[in-house]
Formats: sequence, C-alpha cells, structure tokens
Amino acid sequence: MAFLEIKNLQKRYGKVDVLKGIDLDLDKGGFLVLVGPSGCGKSTLLNAIAGLETISGGDILIDGNVVNDLRPSMRDIAMVFQSYALYPNMTVAQNMAFGMEMRGVPKPEREAAVQRVAKLLQMGHLLERRPSQLSGGQRQRVAMGRALVRDPKLFLFDEPLSNLDAKLRVDMRTEIKKLHAATGTTIVYVTHDQIEAMTLATKIAVLRDGLLQQVGTPHEVYNRPANLFVAEFMGSPSMNLLTAKVAAGKGGMMLELAREHDAPILLRVPSSVVQTKLAAGQEVIVGIRPEAITDPDGADRNSTLVETVEAKVEVVEPAGSDTYVVTHAAGREVIARMRGDADVRPGQRIPFAFDLGRAVLFDPKTQVRLA
Amino acid sequence: MSGRVDSGMAGGSVVTKIVIYGLLLFFALLFLTPLFVMLVTSFKSLDEIRDGNMLALPQNFTIEPWLKAWGTACIGLTCGGIKGYFGNSIEMVVPAVTISTLLGALNGYVLTKWRFPGHKMVFALMLFACFIPFQAVLIPVARVLGLVGLSGTVGGLIVVHVIYGLGFTTLFFRNYYEAFPSELVRAAMIDGAGFWQIFWRILLPASGPIIIVTVIFQFTNIWNDFLFGSSFTASESVPMTVALNNLVNTSTGVKEYNVDMAAAIIAALPTLFVYVVAGRYFVRGLMAGAVKG
Ligand SMILES: Nc1ncnc2c1ncn2[C@@H]1O[C@H](COP(=O)(O)OP(=O)(O)OP(=O)(O)O)[C@@H](O)[C@H]1O
Ligand SMILES: [Mg+2]
Repeated sequence: MAFLEIKNLQKRYGKVDVLKGIDLDLDKGGFLVLVGPSGCGKSTLLNAIAGLETISGGDILIDGNVVNDLRPSMRDIAMVFQSYALYPNMTVAQNMAFGMEMRGVPKPEREAAVQRVAKLLQMGHLLERRPSQLSGGQRQRVAMGRALVRDPKLFLFDEPLSNLDAKLRVDMRTEIKKLHAATGTTIVYVTHDQIEAMTLATKIAVLRDGLLQQVGTPHEVYNRPANLFVAEFMGSPSMNLLTAKVAAGKGGMMLELAREHDAPILLRVPSSVVQTKLAAGQEVIVGIRPEAITDPDGADRNSTLVETVEAKVEVVEPAGSDTYVVTHAAGREVIARMRGDADVRPGQRIPFAFDLGRAVLFDPKTQVRLA
Repeated sequence: MSGRVDSGMAGGSVVTKIVIYGLLLFFALLFLTPLFVMLVTSFKSLDEIRDGNMLALPQNFTIEPWLKAWGTACIGLTCGGIKGYFGNSIEMVVPAVTISTLLGALNGYVLTKWRFPGHKMVFALMLFACFIPFQAVLIPVARVLGLVGLSGTVGGLIVVHVIYGLGFTTLFFRNYYEAFPSELVRAAMIDGAGFWQIFWRILLPASGPIIIVTVIFQFTNIWNDFLFGSSFTASESVPMTVALNNLVNTSTGVKEYNVDMAAAIIAALPTLFVYVVAGRYFVRGLMAGAVKG
C-alpha cells in the first residue's frame, strides 16, 4: 500500500471548485512534484495534505491512516514554505528546536538534533543568528533544517526555491536532490518550474484547474504527455505542436504538414501510434520536441524513423551549448535544436532531421494523445 | 531630511527660508507660552504673583507650592494634597491600559488569524464602539455598574475604560496583524503550537511597535479622562483629573494660583513621561501600520 494516498479529494471555497476530485498516491521514499500553472490548486492540495485547509470531500491517508480530521501537528509532517516562514524573534537554533519544544522533547535531545541537522546542512555557524541576519539562501537552508530536524513521516515543500536568484536556485535544487537521496525521506513538492519538476521528481503530477492531467515518471510525462496541455507545459522551449493531415502513401499512412511558398512536409507516422487506427484525411496534431529536430549529423543514429526535410531558416537563437533554429510549418513556428557550433544563418535553406521515433500525435478535438 | 530641504531650496530665496523658520519659531513660542507661565507661576509666592508680571521669572524661587499641591492642599473636605488621587489614577490607568491592550491584541489575533464566519461583522461592531459619544452611555453604564456592585470604585472605572478602549485597541492590532504573514502562523501550527502558544511565542514578540502605539494612546486617553472619572467614582476614589478640578474650583479662601499650577503640571507629568520615553516608537509604529495596513 502506498505511503501517501489521496482519494477523490475535493476542495470548495463557497461556490468555487478548486480541487475537483484528485486521486494520487506516493510510495515511501518517493519524491512527488506537483506542477501546474498559477492558480491551478497546487498550494491548496499541499495545504490539504498538511491539514492547514479543511477538505470538502474525499480522503487523505498517510501511512495507512485517514488523517482528514487530524490537526496539522498530529499528522507528523513538516513543511517548507515559499516565504520560509522563519520566526523572526528567535535564533536559528530556536527556530529549529521550536517544533520539538512544542512536543515536549527534553532540551538535551533538542540540542543534539539541532546540531546533527546543522552539520548535515553545513550551517553550524548560523545557529545563533536571527533570520533577519541571514541571506536568502541561508534562510532557505534554515527552513529546510527546521523541517528535517523533527524527522517526520512526510515533507511538504511549497515552491521553496522561487524566492532565490537563478544561480542559487540551481545549487539548492541539487542540494535538495542530494538530501533526498541521503535521507530517503518522502516528499511532496510544489513548483511551477518544470525544470525543477523534471530534475527532482520520481513522480510528477501535472495539475490544471483543479484536475490532474497526468501522473507519471518525469520520463513518461516528458516523452508521452497525456494531452496537449501537458505537452505544452513541460519542457522549455516547449514541444512543437503542428497540425497535420493524414494521407495514404505507398508505404502506409503519412502525415502532411502544409507550408507557405513551399512543398508540404511529408512525415512517416511516429512509432508511438498504431498506424491502422488512423484514417486518411483525418486531422492530427504532431507533437515533436525541439531536440528531436536536429541537423542530420546530430540525429539519433539508432532511430529508424528519421526524416530529413529541407526548410528555410527564419531565426537563429544561439544558447551556448545549443543553437535553436526557427523555421515555419503548418502555420506555426517550428523550433529545432542544433549543435552549439552549428553554422546556420537566417534565410538559408538547410536540412532538418525529424526524429519521428520521438514524436507523438494528438487528437485536435479531444486534445488527448493518440496511441 | 534637512539635506533634502536645503537642496530643494537652493534655488529659492533666502527670504522663503526666513519666512518659514520665522513662522515655525513664532508658533512654537506661542504654543509654549502657557506651559512657561504655568512653570514660572508654580515657583512664585502668592505675593509675587499678585504684584508682578505673569511672564516674569520668579524673584524668590520657592518649591513650597509644589509641596503643598502634593501633600497638604485642601480638596473638598480633606487636606491631604493630590498625592492620594495621583495614586488612584495610577491604580486605574495601569490595569486599564494593560488589560485593554492585551485584549485588543487577542481580538486582532483572532480576527486575522483564526477567522470565523461573521468575523467582519464583529469587527465592524467593535469599530462602531469607537464612535459612540461618551455622554450617550453614561446613564446605562452607571446603571450596569450599580447592578454588578462596582459603582463608585476604581475597579468600576477600570472596567469602563477597558470596554471603551477595546474598539481602538482591536482596530490597531487587527490592522497590524493583517499584514503579519499567515505562513508564520501555519508553520507554528505544523510545529505543534496551539492557539495561545502561537499568540505568546510568535505574534506578541513581533508586536513591539503596535504595543507601544496602543499603550501611549490608551494611557493618555485614560489618564486624561474626566467625564468617566467624575461620573462613576465616589469622593475618595476620584482620579487625578477630577481632583485637580476640585482643587482649582474650591471656593473657600484665596485662590492659590501657584499651587494650582504645580498640581496641573504634576497631573500632566505621567503622559509627558510616556511620550518622552516611547514617543519615537509611536511615530514609527503608526507609520508601520499605515504603510502595511
Ligand atoms: N480562501 C480562498 N477563497 C477562495 N478562493 C481561493 C482561496 N484560496 C485560494 N483560492 C483559489 O483557489 C485556486 C487555487 O489556489 P492555489 O493557491 O492552490 O494556487 P496555486 O496552484 O498554488 O498557484 P500559485 O502557483 O500561484 O501559487 C485559485 O484560483 C485561488 O483563487
Ligand atoms: Mg501556490
């Protein structure tokens, strides 16, 4: 049985439906990341797990026990807030010990625990400072320390890195990942940064308007998005989504992408789709990630479904390690990812290698991925 | 501040500056004159007051009037000075300020961090209390105090001041706590702190500025109150303000202006003291509330 189970969870504020029946579970030691656009209900879901919000329906189970009506302090959880929520009038050590003090843990034990965690997070020299005397990154660290020190069953993080600058965010991300690997804690983590989600999660749940769009490993969510929303939301730059028409060709069904002032692009059907389910004349949306459109040299040699198409370069965006090359098809921009040293100039006609082994198709009406 | 004024005026004329500072000086002197007259008068003998100029400095400096005002002046039928009444006022103002401030903090805490259905209505009603004129409630209050056996006592006066102050103190603390991050309260809940522990350990220690604002506001209001003091107390339990009035209005014998002045200054000293000690926090606290609230 899963360690954290959420069954048909609903939350309403008056008439506003914020969570519309969420089903989720997470195994012990797992790292679940909730992602979704602003206002989709991530914090609400997290607060419901924490017990900071009452729920309107459904069940939450931690370690097999229904905790619906338990107070936050009785759920054996720890939470790291976006603003860190450090008690301003207490020192770092007091901040970390507060939870144990409230639970009546004797002082020597509290101090030992604080020392242990301070060592783990390398912040022994900060213990006597007040939060106002710390930098943003240090505050973040203290907030994590405060959560770790009590050794709870479940950790909840609500966008813990969103107040840090870009460099620090990457560092802390690595640190959290290491910490999770070292301590084997169970974590539910909210973010709207999909890179954070990809790097940290063992399991990602994509949320939109209070409904789960997809739950799966980072690999699944990234490579087999359940619908157009997930496809667009995960990945940066996001997946190319191009309207195509199914046409019957010699070797089976083909996908035809119209182009202005140019011959249409003809692509074979991706391996993720059963050909016989497609009918000629049907409209589909081809989803193909920028890294699956490359220069022919850069294409995956193991893939059997690489199609090379000539197209005119419109924009070139060097990004250091890669160069993003923009062309046009099916009425939309198509972004390709080429080598960092690729010699490409706007206006040139160059070959683009489409790796259809890594493409997916969506039904334009239901927005769901075709299998 | 002055630097900014200077640079802003650099192009302007010296005349503007002279006019501004001249006006400031003039009004400062004007407002200080009564205090000056009180002070010099309180150190003069009665003869000197009768013969001399009101604004003149005392020729024969004496602290006799102060001693008399404090210890032996006759108020009503007793001649023990104002010291007993000063004590009454202290006895009244300390608990009244403490209780109304604490209750205001508690109200503000509940109205912002433990919201219940109808919390807006409750707050609106409490605010309404700030606008009820004192005179309108005199008789009902006297009746209630009589019913609970508190009429004519310092205790009764404390109750009245606490209740009347609650609207203001609640307003102050509610606005302050409104800007207090709720995530801190949530973190404390997860840490296992209860209602009171969150209040004592998290909120109150962070409330310094607003506590000072409230204490000054309540202290001056309650110390200076005359109406409630004269309405709800018996002769021995009247507060300082009422005693001062009785002293000044005693119709028997000669009018001892020097004693009156000394007594009036003594009556004003505690509020003055509170302002001097906590005044700069007062402005700071008001600003904090204004910017965040
Ligand atoms: N107390 C409330 N009353 C009514 N609606 C609320 C309340 N709290 C949140 N909501 C609504 O619930 C929805 C979800 O809010 P939530 O804070 O969970 O979003 P989120 O996914 O965490 O967004 P963000 O990424 O911006 O933090 C929002 O549309 C919000 O307006
Ligand atoms: Mg949120």
